[in-house]
Amino acid sequence: MIRFALSVAALIATCLPAWATDQVTTFDLDNGMEVVVIEDHRAPVAVHMVWYRAGSADEPVGESGVAHFLEHLMFKGTDTLAPGEFSATVAKQGGSDNAFTSYDYTAYFQRVAADRLDLMMRMESDRMVNLQLSEDNIKTERDVILEERNMRVENNPSALFREQKNAAQYLNHRYGVPVIGWRHEMAELSREDALSFYGTYYSPNNAILVVAGDVQPDEVRALAEKYYGAIPANPDLPQQRYRSQEPPQLAERRLTYRDARVAQPYVSRSYLAPERDAGAQEKAAALTLLAEILGGGQTSVLVEKLQFETQKAVYAAAFYGGTSLDDTTFSLIAVPSQGVALQEVEDAMDKVLKDFMAKGIDPEQLARIKTQIRASEIYARDDVEGLANRYGRALTQGLTVQDVQDWPDILQAVTADDIMAAARDVLDRRQSVTGWVMAEEVTQ
Amino acid sequence: MILRILSLFVILFAALPARAGVDIQTVTSEGGFKAWLVENHSIPFVALELRFKGGASLDLPGKEGASNLMVGLLEEGAGDMDARDFARATEELAASFEFDQSDDAVSVSARFLTESSDQAVELLRAALIQPRFDADAIERVRAQVISNIKSDLKTPRDIASRAFAELVFGDHPYGRPQNGTLDSVAALSRDDLIAAHQGALAKDRVYVSAVGDIDAAQLAQLMDRLLGDLPETGAPLVGPADLNFPGGVKVVPFDTPQSVAVFAQKGIDREDPDFFPAFVLDLILGGGSFESRLMQEVREKRGLTYGVYSYLADKDQAKLWMGSVASANDRVAQAVQVIRDEWARLAEQGVTQQELDDAKTYLTGSYPLHFDSNASIARIMVGMQMDDMPVDYIVTRNDKVEAVTLEDVNRVAKKLLDPEHLTFVVVGQPEGLPVSQ
Repeated sequence: MIRFALSVAALIATCLPAWATDQVTTFDLDNGMEVVVIEDHRAPVAVHMVWYRAGSADEPVGESGVAHFLEHLMFKGTDTLAPGEFSATVAKQGGSDNAFTSYDYTAYFQRVAADRLDLMMRMESDRMVNLQLSEDNIKTERDVILEERNMRVENNPSALFREQKNAAQYLNHRYGVPVIGWRHEMAELSREDALSFYGTYYSPNNAILVVAGDVQPDEVRALAEKYYGAIPANPDLPQQRYRSQEPPQLAERRLTYRDARVAQPYVSRSYLAPERDAGAQEKAAALTLLAEILGGGQTSVLVEKLQFETQKAVYAAAFYGGTSLDDTTFSLIAVPSQGVALQEVEDAMDKVLKDFMAKGIDPEQLARIKTQIRASEIYARDDVEGLANRYGRALTQGLTVQDVQDWPDILQAVTADDIMAAARDVLDRRQSVTGWVMAEEVTQ
Repeated sequence: MILRILSLFVILFAALPARAGVDIQTVTSEGGFKAWLVENHSIPFVALELRFKGGASLDLPGKEGASNLMVGLLEEGAGDMDARDFARATEELAASFEFDQSDDAVSVSARFLTESSDQAVELLRAALIQPRFDADAIERVRAQVISNIKSDLKTPRDIASRAFAELVFGDHPYGRPQNGTLDSVAALSRDDLIAAHQGALAKDRVYVSAVGDIDAAQLAQLMDRLLGDLPETGAPLVGPADLNFPGGVKVVPFDTPQSVAVFAQKGIDREDPDFFPAFVLDLILGGGSFESRLMQEVREKRGLTYGVYSYLADKDQAKLWMGSVASANDRVAQAVQVIRDEWARLAEQGVTQQELDDAKTYLTGSYPLHFDSNASIARIMVGMQMDDMPVDYIVTRNDKVEAVTLEDVNRVAKKLLDPEHLTFVVVGQPEGLPVSQ
């Protein structure tokens, strides 16, 4: 199998979930900060992460990109650390550090020798409340994020299309605005914008500490109480993360994106879909399995029909990202074979869906997928950083530790009927966006 | 079965407390296959890595892309299974096999559950020994490869890599695109793929490592079953490349807002006594962290890029000192100038004691952090074998870093860094860049 070059689904995590509950200890600090400890004593390494329940979808109107901009600026110093000193100190310990921002969260992490945890907590708790920003830092770092946008988006026609598609998918929700920001708003981001976002959202009662690796829960608790526990909760933290929600979507949307840099045209379809909710993950579980059945691999329905049988496509897949605070998407892609028009491959894709809805699920395929889900729980234990990310993502996106730990059993309990019912609900063209990505027309 | 365990090393990292151990066993099977093994029975699965020296550089003139297409077909039908039978069987075992290739090697990364390891090995064996190269599978995968090549031809980074390889490696196989060209891939026949398979996967060039829920006796047996029916010898490996570094800037025009640049000069062999000073020097210059001079000067001080890096590229037949940067078309000229200036400043003035000390603490402290999962330990161990490193390298490596002196680094900086011949390939619509050709 050849790995496909188009990175059309880069923002959607498709891997199957996996958790190992016996490694995990959780507790809360008095100021409301949640703590998750994941033990793995095979190597003397620890990953220290702080996740904030604040992402691009929490930004004020007109300041798109400020969550991500602040993430960059968090490395620019505090009352006691000079700009760059944070990362330099981590590097002097042989560690590495970085951060990432998404719609619903911003997270900071360091990978260090396990006996350096104390220092990491000291510095991370410091910049939770003591950030110092100079105007010089603002201007230079704004150029850096514009170059980051150039690299990730402006130089990549699939990424440009994805922005347009998301904007069409969400009629009212902030998920329609890119995490990195629209260029014209990024260019205007100010020190005050960043500090205002920081003041609103960065506090222990809006944060989750995840420590994974060769650590003992008691040791983590003692250090966490010492450093993070000393910071008072912010009484003015917004009581709920209110974002404007989607109205009923009644009109199918269609986009055509032309770009001379497109070498391989393709059809993309996304449907608005429900996400995992605390205590109610069954429908999302059914959609997770539906994505696997329709387009999760070599034996999936779309691949079987479009790549092997009709050979209308060189690549086909389905994706569902269930971990999300608000409504998410279920999406499909088909890349036509040489000589097959986009309309033809889209029609073929729709015929596969129609036949699937009529014929239902092959029980052997469902059994294979459940076997793989079970195995993924074993493989996941080899990647403690991956486990740390899963807890961080879940807890910043409306789920609880219990939800995370219940998820594998919920997936196993999904029936073929559940999946078909979820498919009937979600595969509704009125709430979909279909996009054609193609090269510019050549006129001679 | 007779099993010889040649050596058992208990390896302790110097920079950390004694609990930081990786116990590497070297295993030799009855059939003569060698492997490095780390047993870890806490998770019931095995990570297995195989490498076959050769890779895309074995493609004959006119057959560019044969190795890539061949590797892409290994799991598309084998033994009595067609492509879909094979995929279903793999899914039923919840095993995963990744086949890939580079200029220098074909790589196989496998992981499988202990409970079904025998069946997983049988499947992998079929893929390696008895791939079918069915006509329909060839056409299906060929179409995917051609689609990928078309995309590469319009992706700035890939355009840069291709132009760079052509300029620097010339007629050497490294100078040709790994995936082949649209024409060469279209022309590949089933016989070409069979020949590529015979030439690539052979006993005389295989390297093996395993980590996880398996012991030495089981691994020896596994290797004999998995690899025992490979041909004894494969195609002759290629010779050294003559490197062309004319200096200056070659621009490949492409209509996109951000220019993508790769740059390089001559590198250094891992066997060279000056390798470790050069390695430390590279870290200070642009080796990946925020603290490097290039990151500080190009990104942190001037905001000219999101990322700028340098690294020592250790290809089997070519040693390069490489780097990359991307900047908006109207700013890339400045980024290139800053990189050139830093290159020259480092050659002339060297590094400070503080920079050297910081680099050493980073390198010695970060090394043990790489050995934190079965999958990563297996990858590191197979790479070490391909580079002909001794099994105790993991123990001695930090001592070699510590032994580097300020005089070493600054002598090597003067000797190796060559701003005159530092050669850039820039893809985009760069403004104000002095172009040499």
